[in-house]
Amino acid sequence: MAKAIKVENLSKAYQLGSFGTGTISRDLERFWARMRGKEDPFLKIGEVNDRTKKGESDIVWSLKDINFEIEQGDSVGIIGRNGAGKSTLLKILSRVTSPTTGSVKIKGRIASLLEVGTGFHPELSGEENIYLNGAILGMRKAEIKRKFDAIVDFAGVERYIDTPVKRYSSGMYVRLAFAVAAHLESEILIVDEVLSVGDAEFQKKCLGKMDEVSKGEGRTVLFVSHNMGSVQQLCNNCILLDQGKVESIGAPALLVQKYYNQNVQNLSFSGNKNADIYFKQIYTCNAKNEQTSNFSHSEDIHLRIVIHVNKYDPIQNIGLALLTRDKRRVFTVNRSFSEFYSSTGEVTVDFIIEGGMIAPNSYSFLVALNSRTGTVTYDWQEDICAIRVYDDGTEFAFAEGEDYGNIILKDKWEIIKK
Amino acid sequence: MNQSAEEHWDMEITPKNNLFNLKLKDVWQYRDLLILLVRRDFVSFYKQTVLGPVWFFIQPAITIVIYTLVFSNLAKISTDDVPAPLFYLAGTIIWNYFADCLIKTSTVFKDNSAMLGKVYFPRLIMPLSIVFSNLIRFAVQLLLFIVLLFYYYFKGAAIHPTVYIFLFPLLLLLIAALGLGLGMLISAVTTKYRDLAFVVTFGVPLLMYTTTVIYPLSEAISKYPAYSWFIKFNPITAVIETFRYGFLGRGSFSWNLMGYSTAVTLIILLLGIIVFNKVEKTFVDTV
Repeated sequence: MAKAIKVENLSKAYQLGSFGTGTISRDLERFWARMRGKEDPFLKIGEVNDRTKKGESDIVWSLKDINFEIEQGDSVGIIGRNGAGKSTLLKILSRVTSPTTGSVKIKGRIASLLEVGTGFHPELSGEENIYLNGAILGMRKAEIKRKFDAIVDFAGVERYIDTPVKRYSSGMYVRLAFAVAAHLESEILIVDEVLSVGDAEFQKKCLGKMDEVSKGEGRTVLFVSHNMGSVQQLCNNCILLDQGKVESIGAPALLVQKYYNQNVQNLSFSGNKNADIYFKQIYTCNAKNEQTSNFSHSEDIHLRIVIHVNKYDPIQNIGLALLTRDKRRVFTVNRSFSEFYSSTGEVTVDFIIEGGMIAPNSYSFLVALNSRTGTVTYDWQEDICAIRVYDDGTEFAFAEGEDYGNIILKDKWEIIKK
Repeated sequence: MNQSAEEHWDMEITPKNNLFNLKLKDVWQYRDLLILLVRRDFVSFYKQTVLGPVWFFIQPAITIVIYTLVFSNLAKISTDDVPAPLFYLAGTIIWNYFADCLIKTSTVFKDNSAMLGKVYFPRLIMPLSIVFSNLIRFAVQLLLFIVLLFYYYFKGAAIHPTVYIFLFPLLLLLIAALGLGLGMLISAVTTKYRDLAFVVTFGVPLLMYTTTVIYPLSEAISKYPAYSWFIKFNPITAVIETFRYGFLGRGSFSWNLMGYSTAVTLIILLLGIIVFNKVEKTFVDTV
């Protein structure tokens, strides 16, 4: 496969703070150093971009020695936490700003969509703005004319096409803007988090269009998003950035998990009581026995429960519920303890939620030990082992963050009469 | 791996620009954008107004009425026997074109930072669109000038156009290049340090008095013989004087002065291009 983009030792430094009288003397100093052919004195002392800590110098490296290659026809997701350098990378790739050091080599025409509706003039009509915006994005007039009907159709604003866009609802505005960009003819398309605007129906349409662009037309797509579901649905390759460096490159499913694990806390529960029977330890792990609190929608969730039994009672029961963020139960299960154990000592059991059922969201568990009739409670732990189920490309990926229930049903339909 | 295919890249993004490379090929690719931007400026200027494009006439018309009242009637500054409105209009349309180009180009990065920060197109398009938008306004005002010229001509005023009228395209080019070059020079500095923008706002109207907009060069030479060099050294003086000499038959023309103006304009334009090229790649970070 031929390469479409090659990034070599790319770095970008930013100056923090405000510009004023203090900065001009430094600018002169830098200028003087450059004139003598010396290294820029202020770039040497730069620090890694960690926004939570106060640094020594006011130069930060938003990107530092980035290297990667992208093959033609790939659709690549760029993920990372806020401040990881995603937007800076896109800005350099789309030539809005230039790198401090290093280079990017590109094959083919590149079109970028860092924002929808760039250059829209509120006073001009929808039609005039389509032409203007298209030209700003690099289209020739004839090209726009050819695609005009398709653009209007995609946006669904035919009735308003002669009205100044300042009278548009914000939804229509975004539709029109994305429609123009979606019809760009370029070998490489760069899309920043622009799909977070617009309603769910339109987001689905946009994702569909991007899918068509990358898979159907074989164009290279670079896509930045915090919406992990869409990344996994759209992309066949992924770059994870962390503090201005490439953390890893690989399959989206793997990297999304890595991304979630970047800020993982130890969410296991451990107790120690002098009760007859109590939970010694509870934690979540995946099918490979690795302790984690992040699960993709399609993987099994194991809740590992270690129970210490001082006094065996055959009527003991173990109760368990999955709680949503607002502490409502998704389901409750109840099992007789005697199914697992019949003497004193320690027992470890796994409660398994099969993959492909729990909707992407955050959850926690309620675990209890009580007598079968519920009159005696031995141990009761609520809101423990917080987990996150993330989207790995479900049919609801476009609606990430919205409430569509907590279960994705394997729905079954039958036509009774036609 | 196919090595020969690997070597060909359409574009390379690097930290530095070639200073003299204007990327005119890129600009040509984006010529439709240039036209649309000019159109946008023109159309949005009079959108939602009652008088529409008439406003292009009103501004210079009122200006010359005021000038005639104040400078000609009240202050009794000579207009070289040319009817005062015609004399002032000749100066103001040239000066306004220069000043509009300069003022708008000098803040081009700042004014359009939202757009320029989100999408790439050859940055030169932006100042060029300003020069062309203002050219339309200039053309409209020139029309007013020509109408007025015929009016006074048939009234029997002392108007004798000379062959230098054919230098008009060159004059226009010089004014546009000067406004563009100076504007780009200032815009490059104002992206990081705004100080110069203030200088431009109050300086440009004052600068008008250092050239022959409201007085003829001959008057300045006779009244301030020691300081008239200062007026001559303003590259716009030669343009306005030649314009008046060509259309009205008054004023003066000298190849020396014209040559000097052309040289200064070329140097400023070149400097402007170099500095603009240097700044355009990273101004987004500092604007």
